[in-house]
Amino acid sequence: MPTSEEIKIRIEAAIPGAEAAVEDLTGGGDHFRATVQSDAFAGKSRIDQHRMVYDVFGPEVGGPIHALSIKTQTRTP
Amino acid sequence: MSQDVATQLREQIQQAITDNPVVLFMKGTPEQPRCGFSARTVAALEATGSPFAAVDVLPHPGIREAVSAISNWPTIPQLFVNGELVGGCDIVTEMYESGELAQTLGVEAPDGALDEAPGGEGTVPGPPPMGIENRLG
Repeated sequence: MPTSEEIKIRIEAAIPGAEAAVEDLTGGGDHFRATVQSDAFAGKSRIDQHRMVYDVFGPEVGGPIHALSIKTQTRTP
Repeated sequence: MSQDVATQLREQIQQAITDNPVVLFMKGTPEQPRCGFSARTVAALEATGSPFAAVDVLPHPGIREAVSAISNWPTIPQLFVNGELVGGCDIVTEMYESGELAQTLGVEAPDGALDEAPGGEGTVPGPPPMGIENRLG
């Protein structure tokens, strides 16, 4: 069962320059909300930004991570 | 699941996406959503007043797998407009709040739309929301 901290570390490790805030919505280790800021989102559609975050977890989303709610922001310099 | 069933489901889902300008793949039905994320997405769609088709992914696990294979998007709900994935609950909610959703759906931005009770009959043209559910069930 992943923790919010693990999810945060994995997102930040996988997406260049990312800063993530992750909360466990239910306390059950399977519904998370991640707010992710990164310059790597610049010029990408919202769909593609969210896919970048989902791709960090592959089939775990929908599996052990039942739900991962995402909000992405491009950091403004 | 046999390869045949998978192929058949995939074709039916592709057809549903092609045939319906606005189609939501969700858990449960608009009247009885079986997941909070699906419920929120339905509420945002209904608030725009746009008609939409809905497909319940729960009757067969293959439906969900096929939808995700087509869209390259891991979770349900998923909203398609004019054959393209718009997003899941987070994106649809954000777009609703910014007024973009009504624009994408080609309906007037929320002004009068919010005064009308969600699911209100009569003023909204187009197919009933559950038009294609039975085909896949």
